[in-house]
Amino acid sequence: MFGLNKKDTSLLLVVAVLTLFAPFILNPFPTESGLAQFNAGYPDLMQRFVIFGIFAVGFNILFGLTGYLSFGHAAFLGVGSYSAVWMFKLLSMNVIPAIILSVIVAGLFALLIGFVSLRRSGIYFSILTLAFAQMSFNLAYSVLTPITNGETGLQLTLDDPRILGVSATADGSIPVTSLFGLEMRSTYEMAVAGWNFQFSAGYYLCAIIMLVSFYIAVRIFRSPFGLMLRAVKCNQNRMRYTGLNTRPYTLAAFVISGMYAGLAGGLMASMDPLAGAERMQWTASGEVVLMTILGGAGTLIGPVLGAGFIKYFENIFSKINDNVLHQWFGFLPDGIEDFVVFIIHPFIGKGWHLTLGILFMLVVIYLPGGLVEGGQRISRLFKKNKSSDDGAAAKTTPAE
Amino acid sequence: MGILEVKGVGKRFGGLQALGDVNLSVQENTVHAIIGPNGAGKSTLLNCLVGKLIPDTGSVMFDGQSVLGRSPHEINQMGISRVFQTPEIFADLTVLENVMIPCFARRDGSFRMHAFGSVRNESDMLEKAETMLDDVNMLSKAHLHAGSLSRGDKRRLEMAMCLVQEPRLLLLDEPTAGMARADTNNTIDLLKEIKTKRDITMCIIEHDMHVVFSLADRITVLAQGTPLVEDTPQNIKGHPKVREAYLGEAQV
Repeated sequence: MFGLNKKDTSLLLVVAVLTLFAPFILNPFPTESGLAQFNAGYPDLMQRFVIFGIFAVGFNILFGLTGYLSFGHAAFLGVGSYSAVWMFKLLSMNVIPAIILSVIVAGLFALLIGFVSLRRSGIYFSILTLAFAQMSFNLAYSVLTPITNGETGLQLTLDDPRILGVSATADGSIPVTSLFGLEMRSTYEMAVAGWNFQFSAGYYLCAIIMLVSFYIAVRIFRSPFGLMLRAVKCNQNRMRYTGLNTRPYTLAAFVISGMYAGLAGGLMASMDPLAGAERMQWTASGEVVLMTILGGAGTLIGPVLGAGFIKYFENIFSKINDNVLHQWFGFLPDGIEDFVVFIIHPFIGKGWHLTLGILFMLVVIYLPGGLVEGGQRISRLFKKNKSSDDGAAAKTTPAE
Repeated sequence: MGILEVKGVGKRFGGLQALGDVNLSVQENTVHAIIGPNGAGKSTLLNCLVGKLIPDTGSVMFDGQSVLGRSPHEINQMGISRVFQTPEIFADLTVLENVMIPCFARRDGSFRMHAFGSVRNESDMLEKAETMLDDVNMLSKAHLHAGSLSRGDKRRLEMAMCLVQEPRLLLLDEPTAGMARADTNNTIDLLKEIKTKRDITMCIIEHDMHVVFSLADRITVLAQGTPLVEDTPQNIKGHPKVREAYLGEAQV
């Protein structure tokens, strides 16, 4: 189906089901229960899952296939956001032209940066991309204030022209982003028993775009072009003496992944129409590297898992505070309760980076292939049990 | 007029004259060996032929076209494939994928943005690669990771990757360097097999006389950057200049 083999089709279907039913799946606990704080099924967070999923899937096309580790991918995300917000300011509040422009602008920007950075490989390439991203960040932060509105960030105002829309709504407020009239923030709430499921138009737009970009990534992975990109990672010398020009291959991969980042940036601005320079900072570039490695670089589903994992724990751990801990450990004697809360305190709230760091270290040390490797080990365990039950010889399948 | 014509090629690295005035002509459908002691300039010469180095003087013509100033991938596209001293393969890919890549390179040229096709649906290319693997007796290993092959199989695979491109000239850079005698003999057998199965022009750079005498139709002896003699293996064997180059001043 869709020009994919059986295995890839089922992977795509699984991802589709997971994203489309996310408002249910991520909301397993009733609203009133004590575990409700572990729910992630609200639009704002789900949007972040899929948007960062797109970002990581695109990053993986460059890093996972060609092995070129870009440390400046947030620059393309930021450029995408700025382009989208400018589209909202100048043209209309429809998200489609904004998203298209953000992809195009990020692609052109990636062409420029890639053309220079790809003259080097390995650590020098990483440093070059990092330098470009920091330059872009500083430009956005100060020098290009007329375009980026500096440290305040680019926002919509009441006197924006919006040629195809209105500068202000009838009641004098700033119009909201929409898809041909369907407001991105509009949410349908469904209360079932103790649960409260939220279906947001914005989330579903992001989810569908994520599915399309995931599908494109699968096609790229399985195409002759994808094979060439994997060859780049293996042995560039052999490639050159096989009559292949490695430069355009790496540049194409760089531009494609830059466009994915731009798409993510454009979607971010479409959900919440503002863009700030901090989106281009090196920490943001590092985050996507973490997501990809955590999930499993070079695998199809890995980056999506990694993005979800990091964004989920970022959200959950930063929400827990001392009061919550006191509730949890209330059954302990007073002295011990305070002690336990004191020990856990640095790992929650503002200290969630610490927890994430520990999780990241655990995954990298024990599962070098990322979360995907963890999944593979578990499924192998099941298969082993099953085949020993059946007494059937394990059938080896060629590695993909 | 040979398929490869090297005229007056010279290359200097700082104070070292690596190649003096090399003239060489490789005829079509022959195996031409270039031998010489260490430091004779064999590898420098080869690197000038494949575009890794640009000689300071002289010309290199392949099939009537100059190769000088062209990059390695352009020279490959002209029809020159090369085998490395240590096999250069795509270790993380499967054996079949390794052979498919040169197939794509031959069909699609040095770059093609073929991002929406599927490797599985390229039946022509698959068939071509499988036939080639069958030819070198490696079809049973098609789905193994190339990196897991034995050294001999890696050499065989690299050879298959070059041959599947149907090169008009195959360059071999010391194909038996660092090998045990048994492996060397295997490589010689492989090359003989290739030579008998198809019309191919080969140019072998080699240090080991044994390899060369059992394969070559013509031999050029290189010493200190200049060709000493060019002749048939029989005539080279007893040539005093060759003995001198290899063994120092002749005491025969």
